[in-house]
Amino acid sequence: MKRYVVVGGSIAGVSCVEGIRSLDRDGEITLLSAEAQSNYGRPLISYYLEGKTDLARMSWRGPDFYAQNRVQALHGVRAADIDAASHRLSLSDGRTLDYDALCVCTGSQPFTPPFEGLETVERRCNFMTLEDALWLERTVTRRSRVLILGAGFIGLKCAEGLRDRAGSVTVCDLADHAMSASLDGESAGYLERHLEARGIQLRLGDTVARFYGNSARLRSGEVLPFDVLVLAVGVRPDTALLAGAGAAVDRGILVDAEMRTSLPDIWAAGDCTESRDLVTGELAVLANLPNASLQGRCAGVNMAGGAARFDRGIRMNAVGVCGLHLMSAGTRDEPVYTERTEQSCKKLFAKDGVLTGFILVGDVAGAGIYTALIRNRTPLDAIDFETIQRAPSLLPFGRRERTRMLGGAV
Amino acid sequence: MKRVYVNEEWCLGCHLCEYNCAFANSGARDMALALRGKPINPRIHVEGDGQVSYAVSCRHCADPICVRSCISGALHLEEGAVCIDRDKCVGCLTCVLVCPYGAVLPGPDGAAQKCELCLKNSCGAPACVTGCPNRAIVYEEREEVCP
Repeated sequence: MKRYVVVGGSIAGVSCVEGIRSLDRDGEITLLSAEAQSNYGRPLISYYLEGKTDLARMSWRGPDFYAQNRVQALHGVRAADIDAASHRLSLSDGRTLDYDALCVCTGSQPFTPPFEGLETVERRCNFMTLEDALWLERTVTRRSRVLILGAGFIGLKCAEGLRDRAGSVTVCDLADHAMSASLDGESAGYLERHLEARGIQLRLGDTVARFYGNSARLRSGEVLPFDVLVLAVGVRPDTALLAGAGAAVDRGILVDAEMRTSLPDIWAAGDCTESRDLVTGELAVLANLPNASLQGRCAGVNMAGGAARFDRGIRMNAVGVCGLHLMSAGTRDEPVYTERTEQSCKKLFAKDGVLTGFILVGDVAGAGIYTALIRNRTPLDAIDFETIQRAPSLLPFGRRERTRMLGGAV
Repeated sequence: MKRVYVNEEWCLGCHLCEYNCAFANSGARDMALALRGKPINPRIHVEGDGQVSYAVSCRHCADPICVRSCISGALHLEEGAVCIDRDKCVGCLTCVLVCPYGAVLPGPDGAAQKCELCLKNSCGAPACVTGCPNRAIVYEEREEVCP
């Protein structure tokens, strides 16, 4: 009976179990989670604070998942060391596990550049785990002034989650616009105006020069008093375990299209990995939940002896903040199509005859049709691009292709 | 597994499927009371340009990218049908970002919504199919044709 070990109990790890079980009903699976809870969608933690979900509903594949899939799940324990030659994993509690196939899904760790005086701040946290959200739930009161460093996805979702709980929420970021990793300045402007109209204060193009206990002096000279600090500046793939074992690691753990690392019988999946970005052709950390899920499943299938590939990874992001929805995918060069109204904005990007990216603000219905154009590298001259750029639908594909898409089981 | 298919050449573009879908999922007993004067939020929609028309609803993919991508686990498979636990859905709309058919839609209450083949309402069989006046929408088994 094959012995599988999965390190990490988030989306990639759970999907890896699903992948293994799709082929191997009998193998022995052990899953390690450093956290007390696992099998929950990390992005849900802001919705938890907002009251849109609760602990029971947060379970990604349901509370019976491990039992139903006959997984021995070990919580609160870390993988300390891998001996790749002898196929043995040492755990933080001193135990060892022998494996035939191992998948590392360690995700990412918050990254905070050194800030002067940060150690003087008593109440501070990151916003990555359920534990962080539970700490904020206990700590933030109606009178709390919350300062969030980082106006990316994590920082802004945290701001949304805390908006009705806190006295005030201020988000500060060195970038000159919000969500600078996935939006351009113009599209971010819609988001910034939306947030400010809902009481979330922004300080963009500015960052903290020094902390003094309960206040921060910004580079601009402004002094911001606060009660709780959330550090959401950035994240980095957690590569330590595999780097220590001698695997090829760049910014993330290097994996091929089958999610294999450079070490025998060791796979990796999710935010800890670096793989080929379909759009740019370059190696990139494609950290988003859909990719983690698809990669984890792909790794699991291959670990169980199947043949799966993950070679269509792209950057993509869907975010709703205080009721405004924004979506982006791929890269952004010069837009080939731009459309703006008071409440919405659309930009499509193309290069070498294929769609390479888009940004949608406000009106996001049908966005997946654009995403599929990117993932399938559909030649734009094969469809009616004039029509599809105005509104995503299946009409511009023509009857023949549409019949193929809609006419059979998929 | 039986799925909903459209026969494009038979579609009249009458949009009745949209009304039947909205009614079937309204929980109401009277169609006029359920729909009159209100914006409808069907889980099937008719696309077209005046010359061509056809209805689009969930394909119930065998390996559904929406289920893999759902951040809350609300989207799931039930004996091959892609279903959504709308109480679990937080409305992030990642499903809308990834569905290649534009078949998962933002619902009126913020949660996503999609065709569940009328398995979850009192119809028992897809109302869009039953109500289609020209048999342009059918509910049947078909061979896999797509990769």
